[in-house]
Amino acid sequence: MLRLVGTFLRLGVMNEMQYRTNFFIAAFQSVLAVGVGIAVLALVYSHTTSLNGWTESQLLIILGIQILLGGIVHATIQPNMERVVTEVQDGKLDFALTKPQDSQLIVSVRQLDIWQAVDVVSGAIVVGVGVSRLHGGTGAGHALAFLALLGLGAVFLYCFWLILATGAFWIVNMWFLSELFEGMYQTGRWPIGVYPGWLRYSMTYLVPVGFAVTVPAEALTHRLQWSTVVVAIGFAVVLAAFARWFWRFGLRRYSGASA
Amino acid sequence: MTESAVRSYYDFYATSVRTQIQTQFQYRAAMWMYTLGMVAEPTIYLVVWTTIARTHGGSVDGVGTGAFAAYYIVWTLVRTMNIVFTPFGWEWRIREGQFSGWLLKPIHPIHYDLASFAGQKVPWIVLYLPIAVALSLVFHPALHPRPVEVVVFLVAIWGAYVIRSMNAFALGMITFWTTRVAAIFQVWFLAELLLSGRLLPLPLMPQWAQTAAAWLPFKWTFYFPIEALVGNMSTGSLVVGLGMQLLWTAIMAGAVLGMWGFALRQYTAVGN
Repeated sequence: MLRLVGTFLRLGVMNEMQYRTNFFIAAFQSVLAVGVGIAVLALVYSHTTSLNGWTESQLLIILGIQILLGGIVHATIQPNMERVVTEVQDGKLDFALTKPQDSQLIVSVRQLDIWQAVDVVSGAIVVGVGVSRLHGGTGAGHALAFLALLGLGAVFLYCFWLILATGAFWIVNMWFLSELFEGMYQTGRWPIGVYPGWLRYSMTYLVPVGFAVTVPAEALTHRLQWSTVVVAIGFAVVLAAFARWFWRFGLRRYSGASA
Repeated sequence: MTESAVRSYYDFYATSVRTQIQTQFQYRAAMWMYTLGMVAEPTIYLVVWTTIARTHGGSVDGVGTGAFAAYYIVWTLVRTMNIVFTPFGWEWRIREGQFSGWLLKPIHPIHYDLASFAGQKVPWIVLYLPIAVALSLVFHPALHPRPVEVVVFLVAIWGAYVIRSMNAFALGMITFWTTRVAAIFQVWFLAELLLSGRLLPLPLMPQWAQTAAAWLPFKWTFYFPIEALVGNMSTGSLVVGLGMQLLWTAIMAGAVLGMWGFALRQYTAVGN
């Protein structure tokens, strides 16, 4: 199974290496995105010194994590999921389904937009700058917890995208998907605590950006409680199981167009 | 323009608008989802500024929580009006040689975009209204427009639509000269985000940004229509605002027509 993922990864990299200028476009976009994020933070903090208890450096960490995870989503998760949606519409998903491997695995590793991963680097730099400006710094334990929670964040976002994409088995016209995801994902720029109650719950459990972005940031800013970690892990397991079940449930509705 | 020409333009616009309204209503689920993605942006701004206002005794530089709520709820109405044919679409059309077919048609191609996007506004706004009511119940906007403000708002959102359309057309037409346009478009959108009032009400921006905004078209497509409805603008400044919209419409239309004339001499396409 790992070999299969490795092969797809290598193919993806080779394919993308043909279009090297795209790197400069992606890098330019990344610089713009970071610039806007910092400008917005500067505007906010020109009117206040703390947002719901978060200082500017701490929010810089959240911004960095949001950009970093966004890079992972745009490089690996989103292109695969968008391909699923198009192939369900065109009836081309048969080619993936007839392979002698798990269908969910196959559809999740076929595409790689490697230049989008520039955001992972720029996001990491922003996180680094934020951490260096913190008073008291960050210990190794917190850094490790941060990395683990970051990985968990990617799992949350993958499950969320898979659930959205599986909707294609019922709704044919899904052109709004990436707009919907981007809109929801923008909420992750700010600590989940600023949102009023009902919105906070939906941003945590319905659209798991709260878990994906705010919780790793808590690890770096000495806010993390062990109970949060337990809930996050538990919820990740539940969400992954649900996403898998939902994918198989949707698959049963698929009849193909080529057969 | 002769009377029959006016008549045929009118027929063309009326038919396109009607067709678009009927087409869009076919995809209600998709429209809801898209609207949900779009409403996220102003809701985030609203939540952030409301939080700041609360920690500073209820207002930021004199803008209270109710005023913020009104601003960002009306925001989506104006944003909906501001959705126009994207410059990236022009890039695609020009690169693919699509204009060969368009040029054979009896009226200027931009009328097709203007008419079809105008028609889409109706179903989108109808769909947003229940969301606006829901947002109002949560955030309690302070919205008490005078009748003249409502009238100016209704005119100004169409002014915003025309200005932003022309602006996007002119931008897209740069593709006639160079194919590396994505970077130019993005810088433009960025300037718009910061200097239009999309991000936050312009008076809360630094002074230099407000000065820059005064010389650019952006604020007349975002800040002015919103403020016309939610703010306390005098009748005089409302009229001046409409005049500025007219001025920018003329400038942008001039740019579009001028570029179009030059571009046609540049344009070559393969095939067909």
